[in-house]
Amino acid sequence: MVAVSVSQRVASDDQLARLLQIGIVLEEVVEARAHRHYRQLDAELDAEVETLLADAAEESADHRERLEALIDGLGVDSVPFDEIESLVDARYGRTRPEDFDDVLYDQLCNEETAYKFYDDLIEAIEGSDAAFSVDREALLATLTTIRDEEAEGVREVTEVMERR
Amino acid sequence: MNTADQYLKTIYVVQDSEDGPASTGSIADALGVSPASANEMIGKLEERGLAEHEKYKGVTLTDDGIVRARDALQTYCIIERFLANVLAVEDFQAEARELEAVIDDTVAERLDTIIDRQPECPDCFDPESDACACLEIAATPVEPEQQ
Repeated sequence: MVAVSVSQRVASDDQLARLLQIGIVLEEVVEARAHRHYRQLDAELDAEVETLLADAAEESADHRERLEALIDGLGVDSVPFDEIESLVDARYGRTRPEDFDDVLYDQLCNEETAYKFYDDLIEAIEGSDAAFSVDREALLATLTTIRDEEAEGVREVTEVMERR
Repeated sequence: MNTADQYLKTIYVVQDSEDGPASTGSIADALGVSPASANEMIGKLEERGLAEHEKYKGVTLTDDGIVRARDALQTYCIIERFLANVLAVEDFQAEARELEAVIDDTVAERLDTIIDRQPECPDCFDPESDACACLEIAATPVEPEQQ
């Protein structure tokens, strides 16, 4: 990566809302894929993977609700979950994960991507002096909590992968 | 995508349309920056072996620069296509330009898993419309009676 000084800042309510919508979509992708993988692996359930996927889906749904509350404060609509679920299904309709390792690796990518997204977003908000319609402190507190939960998710998946 | 990637993407597109080295003026115009700023970044790209600058001729990307530029263009296409097709954003080009600096490549890759990008991407990028040439077909159809 080329190290250059960049002004990656969130400049307006609209831009913030759009980025939060992207966060919602990322969470929905995780949720839809975890559900899908869970269903596909149903025949030969592995208790540890099952718990991991169920927890991931639940956590994503919770994150989505928190992000929805934030964009509601900005007067912007959420992105319907069934829409993202059908996009995930359309794209993965013909493929199945080979085994548990595939599922875990996919889950790891999901958690890492989400972590990176929130980390960049927090930095971009902190680097901005724009006044948002939502309380800045509450916004950053919510995003920091979500980011830390994603970091915890990365750790959990890694631990399961290492044990296997 | 960082600023260097935005420059690489722009130089790649300008080189393609000018069918030769990209002039500093064209690069600055395309990015909406001053020629002095453009020169400064071109110097940095040169130092990193991503571009070569020949006085009075212009900038040419090296092989490494081309690889990075095509990746950046692909990320940009993903953001545009995601905004247009998933979030139904009308002015997706303008928003993509705003967002490209804040969206990381790994995030774009994940968004790519739910959009229907064409295999020829990023060669389908049309600098005239600042968008993927295949995007119109994939966009949500507009119902004429509602117009």
